[in-house]
Amino acid sequence: MPKLVIDDKEIEVPEGMTVLQAAAGAGIEIPVFCYHPKLSIAGNCRMCLVEVKNTPKPVASCAMPACEGMVVHTNSAMVEKARKGVLEFLLINHPLDCPICDQGGECDLQDITMAYGRTSSRFDLNKRAVPDKEFGPLIETAMNRCIQCTRCVRFSSEIVGIPELGAMGRGEDMEIGTYVQKTITSELSGNMIDICPVGALTSKPYSFKGRSWELSHTPSIDVFDAVGSAIRVDTRGREVMRILPRQNDEVNETWISDKTRFAYDGLKYQRLDQPYARGEDGLLHPVGWNEAFSLIADRLQHVSGNHIAALAGDMVDAESMVALKDLMISLGSPHIDCRQEGSSVGVGPRCSYLFNTTIAGIEQADFCLLIGTNPRWEAPLINARIRKNYLFNNLSVASIAPIYPLGYPVKDLGDDPQILEKILKGKHPLCSALKAAEKPMLILGQGALRRADGDVILRLTQEIADKYGFVQKAWNGFNVLQTVASRVAGLDLGFVPDPKGYGTQKILEAAKKKKIEVVYLLAADEIDVKPLESAFVIYQGHHGDRGATVADVILPGCAYTEKEGTYVNTEGRVQKTLKATPPPGEAKEDWKIIKALSDKLGLSLPYATPKEIQARLVEVNPLFDEVDRIQPSSWKPFGREGDVNPTPFEFAIKNFYMTDSISRHSRTMAKCVQQILGQEKVHA
Amino acid sequence: MTTFKFSKENAERVKEILIYYPPDRKASAILPLFELAQRQCGGWLPKEAIEAITEMLEVSLIRGYEVATFYTMFNLQPLGKYHLQVCGTTPCMLRGSEDLKGVCKRHLGIENKETTKDGLFTLTEVECIGACANAPVVQINDDYFEDLDEKSFLKILEDLKADREVKPGSAIGRQGSAPERRRDHAKGK
Repeated sequence: MPKLVIDDKEIEVPEGMTVLQAAAGAGIEIPVFCYHPKLSIAGNCRMCLVEVKNTPKPVASCAMPACEGMVVHTNSAMVEKARKGVLEFLLINHPLDCPICDQGGECDLQDITMAYGRTSSRFDLNKRAVPDKEFGPLIETAMNRCIQCTRCVRFSSEIVGIPELGAMGRGEDMEIGTYVQKTITSELSGNMIDICPVGALTSKPYSFKGRSWELSHTPSIDVFDAVGSAIRVDTRGREVMRILPRQNDEVNETWISDKTRFAYDGLKYQRLDQPYARGEDGLLHPVGWNEAFSLIADRLQHVSGNHIAALAGDMVDAESMVALKDLMISLGSPHIDCRQEGSSVGVGPRCSYLFNTTIAGIEQADFCLLIGTNPRWEAPLINARIRKNYLFNNLSVASIAPIYPLGYPVKDLGDDPQILEKILKGKHPLCSALKAAEKPMLILGQGALRRADGDVILRLTQEIADKYGFVQKAWNGFNVLQTVASRVAGLDLGFVPDPKGYGTQKILEAAKKKKIEVVYLLAADEIDVKPLESAFVIYQGHHGDRGATVADVILPGCAYTEKEGTYVNTEGRVQKTLKATPPPGEAKEDWKIIKALSDKLGLSLPYATPKEIQARLVEVNPLFDEVDRIQPSSWKPFGREGDVNPTPFEFAIKNFYMTDSISRHSRTMAKCVQQILGQEKVHA
Repeated sequence: MTTFKFSKENAERVKEILIYYPPDRKASAILPLFELAQRQCGGWLPKEAIEAITEMLEVSLIRGYEVATFYTMFNLQPLGKYHLQVCGTTPCMLRGSEDLKGVCKRHLGIENKETTKDGLFTLTEVECIGACANAPVVQINDDYFEDLDEKSFLKILEDLKADREVKPGSAIGRQGSAPERRRDHAKGK
């Protein structure tokens, strides 16, 4: 471990660290533009120059390894002069339009110039002008402001793995752009806005909407997929202005997907802001909370528990699920399900529905088998981790699924589920690679589990995992990739039918046959609502989406930015959202609605405060006490013996940008569907 | 959309070029292949050629485009039959390259980066092409024309226009870059 002296501080750092990292570790700040901890080192901005004893010229600290006996100065006269010089050159072609720039107030160039730059410019010639580029519906460009740090270029080729950006031309004429006016297609493209140190790439939906210092920040958790990315919700007054990532190296590192970042405008449209009831004329009319509850109470009076069913949606929190489950038990109904797509898996041990390897654990794997999954759409950040492992350790990936470019080389085995049987019997060319792997992992997607033979595939996969050593003493390479935020919590809480109860499919069939008379939809929109037309439907949710169209009573709930809710991500990590804005109109927090309804029905649920409902969660499943931690789950047999249906696998998500009631109402997402998916179709 | 394909001869040449690079480093062959394609296309590199070559070398499109735009000797627009690359760097400028540009303007009616209407000539002012001893120099396609003045340059242009043969090298009959006059003073005379 080399020892070196930085600014008279003696420090010891691990081998292979750069001077910049060593200084950061010692709490010494060195200004940077092109350096980014998650990207490769470019060394082209020259902002991080420092003086190293016995070297004639200033040294770029981001690219210089920390060596034994080095004496570094970061605030000498030489460094000060070098920084002033670099900044003066960078500002020669920078427009200095901070007053109209969206980056103003959170701009690295602005901050660093204030801290280290000259007070005025000596340049009195014309600045260069660079035409703006069209980067699609998410990223606004102002290329005059670009300082050619190439962070965005490195991001697209390293993190995303689909190089779409490049530096065109040379010298003073260098410009950042795409290949001949091509839109950026990555699901992670929004992160380029964050890593751009100046205002060259800014958010298109947020452009000219606000200033960074006007916003309040609320740390929260994303619910658009089952990754549970750490986010920061920026609000002004009651409005969500934008969503940014927070760093969580265990889950999302510093990135979030474009849906997470940009679908927030869906929170403004088509919201349910007061209770509604369907009148005699067949139309929904606004009513008061009391009236809505009375209607429900009247209807439920003459219905026995066996004719009531409840479905939980994809974005609901654990609190409301446990409350609804308790209510259904009090009503005597066994018909509850949180698996809207009608899958039959998820009732087994916890390891059978979790991403057991953990997201950070992907980096240790040396082989990855994808089964019926398109991680790029189902969990863009898990895909980025796989890509990261490929980049650093040359991970081999094979896939049994339709072909889709994932950003790393994938051995395509076809989309026939029966390949799994061949692999189990050792009759597939892949078997030797599986045997050779030391830490193999597999990812079983919802595309494979949603099928009628989902639990057969689950068993088959477990047998493969057992046979080829996917599960070892300190390694569990068996992973189920959940696609919706509420699922793991729902399964952990047992929001599934007991043996006598009906699952989603049967509930819908029974409703059609009028055997189920009352259906409680807790923000459940991803079902075929047609069969529910004859039933009495209570819809509780935040958007007037599919479920609300068949509702007889609508109870307005909260979206994820408006409540404190508990979510469990696909790894089994318990995380909590915080309330960033109040819900619109008369909408209320979801579990409180259920609690109030239970009071009205005379079946009072025994919790009234957030603390008490937390206690109830822990009572149902002690795992809910372990916030932000992962409890390893024991390896037990699961699934069902049977024959695999030869129907090819399909992806669970058909349209990345619209998967739920919020993103379906987002105008930004609609533009993405039109321009990005539209473009892919043209190119395909 | 038109497509680009290497001619039969050039396809053989491509195979030969690729031998020089290990299979996992074949991306490095991008420069010689672009050059070959530019030659085949009459002095410029069309978008379709970039697309075909990047696909062949398994390089992303954008990386190929970066290379093509970085090197100024790849021309991304069609050129005239004769590409007049007038050196404008100091030695040539001192020895009269401005006059040569004047000839192009007066007699061909083209400025820097323009092509004549008949599609014969394109003028490009380039940086030092490394023949300073014989300044001023103009590179026309693959050949250097050296020690030019307005008259000799005009003659070359006229000859090219009339499809007569032109002789590359020094216009004043100098051998290589040998001294222009006999250096008798070196012998003490």
